[in-house]
Amino acid sequence: MSETLKSQNSSPRLELLNITKQYPGCLANDQICMTLMPGEIHALLGENGAGKSTLVKTIYGVVAPDSGNIVWDGADVQIKSPAIARDLGIGMVFQHFSLFETLTVAQNIELCLSPSQLAEIGDLDARIRELSSRYGLNVDPTRYVHSLSIGERQRVEIMRCLVQSVKLLILDEPTSVLTPQEVAGLFDVLRQLSAEGCSILFISHKLHEVTEICDNATILRSGQLVADCVPKNETPATIAKLMVGDLAEQDAGYEKAHGEEVVFNAQKLTLAAKQPFGTSLKDVNFSLRKGEILGIAGVAGNGQEELMSIISGEDKRNLKDTLFLSGKDIGTLSAGARRKQGLAYVPEERLGRGAVPDMSLSENTLLTHSAGFVKAGLVNWNAVKQYAKSLINQYSVKCHGESAEAKSLSGGNLQKFIMGREIGQQPKVLICAHPTWGVDVGAALAIHQALLTLRDQGASILLISEDIDELFLLADRMAAVCNGHLSPVVRVEETSIDQIGQWMAGTFIETDTTSEAHA
Amino acid sequence: MIRVQARTEQSRLMTFASPLLAIVLTLIFGSILFTALGKDPLQALHVLLIMPLSDAYNVSEMLVKMGPLLLCAVGLSLCYRANLWNIGAEGQLLAGALGGSAVALAFGDSESMWVLPVTLLGGIASGMAWSAIPTYLKLKFNSNLILTTIMLNYIALYLLIWAVHGPLRDPMGFGFPESALFSDAALLPVLSDSGRVHLGVVFAVLAALVAWFILSKSHLGFKIRVYGADEPAATYAGFNANGISWFVMLFAGALAGLAGVAEVAGPIGQLTPNVSPGYGYSAIIVAYLGRLHPAGAIVSAVFLAILYMGGDLAQIEMGIPIAVVGMFQGVLLFFLLACDFFIRYRLVSSRETVA
Repeated sequence: MSETLKSQNSSPRLELLNITKQYPGCLANDQICMTLMPGEIHALLGENGAGKSTLVKTIYGVVAPDSGNIVWDGADVQIKSPAIARDLGIGMVFQHFSLFETLTVAQNIELCLSPSQLAEIGDLDARIRELSSRYGLNVDPTRYVHSLSIGERQRVEIMRCLVQSVKLLILDEPTSVLTPQEVAGLFDVLRQLSAEGCSILFISHKLHEVTEICDNATILRSGQLVADCVPKNETPATIAKLMVGDLAEQDAGYEKAHGEEVVFNAQKLTLAAKQPFGTSLKDVNFSLRKGEILGIAGVAGNGQEELMSIISGEDKRNLKDTLFLSGKDIGTLSAGARRKQGLAYVPEERLGRGAVPDMSLSENTLLTHSAGFVKAGLVNWNAVKQYAKSLINQYSVKCHGESAEAKSLSGGNLQKFIMGREIGQQPKVLICAHPTWGVDVGAALAIHQALLTLRDQGASILLISEDIDELFLLADRMAAVCNGHLSPVVRVEETSIDQIGQWMAGTFIETDTTSEAHA
Repeated sequence: MIRVQARTEQSRLMTFASPLLAIVLTLIFGSILFTALGKDPLQALHVLLIMPLSDAYNVSEMLVKMGPLLLCAVGLSLCYRANLWNIGAEGQLLAGALGGSAVALAFGDSESMWVLPVTLLGGIASGMAWSAIPTYLKLKFNSNLILTTIMLNYIALYLLIWAVHGPLRDPMGFGFPESALFSDAALLPVLSDSGRVHLGVVFAVLAALVAWFILSKSHLGFKIRVYGADEPAATYAGFNANGISWFVMLFAGALAGLAGVAEVAGPIGQLTPNVSPGYGYSAIIVAYLGRLHPAGAIVSAVFLAILYMGGDLAQIEMGIPIAVVGMFQGVLLFFLLACDFFIRYRLVSSRETVA
């Protein structure tokens, strides 16, 4: 159906001509040209920092281009603000949602409508219900946003665009926060929109999704357009090559390992949420064996953050007879003391938690790795610098030396550095959260190999990720969290994406009320 | 058209140029002010800035004022580095003066060599105790440190005034609100023939060097910097946040307390209601002007001390009201904060960016 629409309507909806945007010290977009037809689903691909965000922000009127033209429905336009973009019929769903949690769905949608639009719509609740049933969005206008799951919130954002009769919908990494089933639902909505003539610009890191849903793809690399392709004619591997350039090696299947000796275990871990909208942990049981990677899947906000901070000791509440490292109860030790016992941690936020933005890489090395560098309370800065240099070399961290500030590194390079720093402490247990989130393909490969090397050296790794493909690639055993419950733990060979997806949605909670882990 | 653009990295040049620029702007502002007052601006600036350094006596008096400023500023620099907004140096200084005086007076006419060290320790302990109160309240009840330290400044002041009207009043003092003069054994040795410069100045410079050493060389200093720059990172690394807070607050309290006791056991020689002309508040400006660096604080403490001295001289020589000093300090801090804007931002003409 979308094919017929496209042939009927041969003039492009949006044309970008030589869009150029220079930021201090970085050419974000260099003469980018792109054409979008009505009803086309167009992928925008590239590594982190390739200029995708800048380009879509230009279209949405958040960023003003230094030069270049935007042609909308055949007319030259200047999109000076998001309001102008919305008036033209451009809608955008950001990666980080912009919804007020304390307002209802309808109130949130009302906020971005002009009085004339509101008058035109009349009964907003009825309009939301109508659109909701038409696209199968399942959005209830009277619910409060804080009571919605991430997937539901995303549908509210999409609804916000639909209410304004959108002609171009831009989605920034829409699937990164969804379960596989939710992704399928989203794709159905997108296909239906496309069939009705709405153009869709889709930013993603997940190549198989792009090949599944997109008609065309534009690939950016360091601000330049490197290729236009038809994803259906490509494989994820060939697209990846276009994105990163000549990167011969790709992530292939890795050998699975299975240890015997239990190094760490959590027993009956129940913990009330600290924040009003946090998640309480409910009777979480699992054990981590020597030389294995235990993957924990789950949609963000289902207790991962709480689980990691209570294990790492950042959550300072004491727990007795719950957390054991090498048989020793560590539940009452401070985060620093747990580190000394051999627990290392790569947190989700690299900048601002895993590393201090305004400090050098040497100083950031000392942040968690002080063993051998501090004598009688004094720091041997020369030794720290030498060691930081060796980390930079060993993990191919791109930076201008060990005195570079952490914030000057790209996400992927900083993550390689943090990973190297934590691995360098030769931990017994490494907790690793979303290690390749927002990291480019090349760095992700390096990080994966570093994790596997650490595993093969006999360490145990707790890998928490929203990227289900990554978990299947790396983990030896797997479980899923949903609403603070942990599913049974299974060997990766004995499960499927489908089963894990259902566990992420919480199906195990009813069927397995004791939620006893099959350790 | 000129517009503001964020810098990709903080400008190191501006970090150091900003205080100098602020001083220049303050002087320009001062010249306009003096002209408006009908005074010769060049003469006024000469009296204000050059005269305090013109002879040995003036330099000595300038150093007397620099001592307490520097002691307080060094402690505050450490607190501010750790992101703890301690505005209580004034109160801690007064507490030190009060506690030290109580000890010195309790010794009476004793000539023991222990009188001075114990007096100083009494002042230090009182300053620490005074800073311990807001620290405890913050860590236990998450109270606002800025508010509690400011309130404790007033409590310390009125406690001191009560003491000189009551228990510590000199019985032979004809009812004046002053303590008896301290015995010679309780007084800090004077370092020069002309003027009153005393051992307290040496303590201040030593304190600045110790703080510098702590910040740059010790693991504790590193933890203080991390805690101030990025608290989630400090938590992640497992640093003991309470320990760091206690350390910097007690360190600042000890130095401010020392500043207070060194005033009463130094140039004043007794406890009076006018121990401090606001040293604890001016020290905030000293700390910022010195870029929260102990070595920078030495330079900026000298500058502020010159202003204090110059204010006295301007009053005597030219009849310029002493309030001008306070205004100079305020304007200086104002310009400093304004100039600091350019550490993170710069002005560009929009034509330049299009090119």
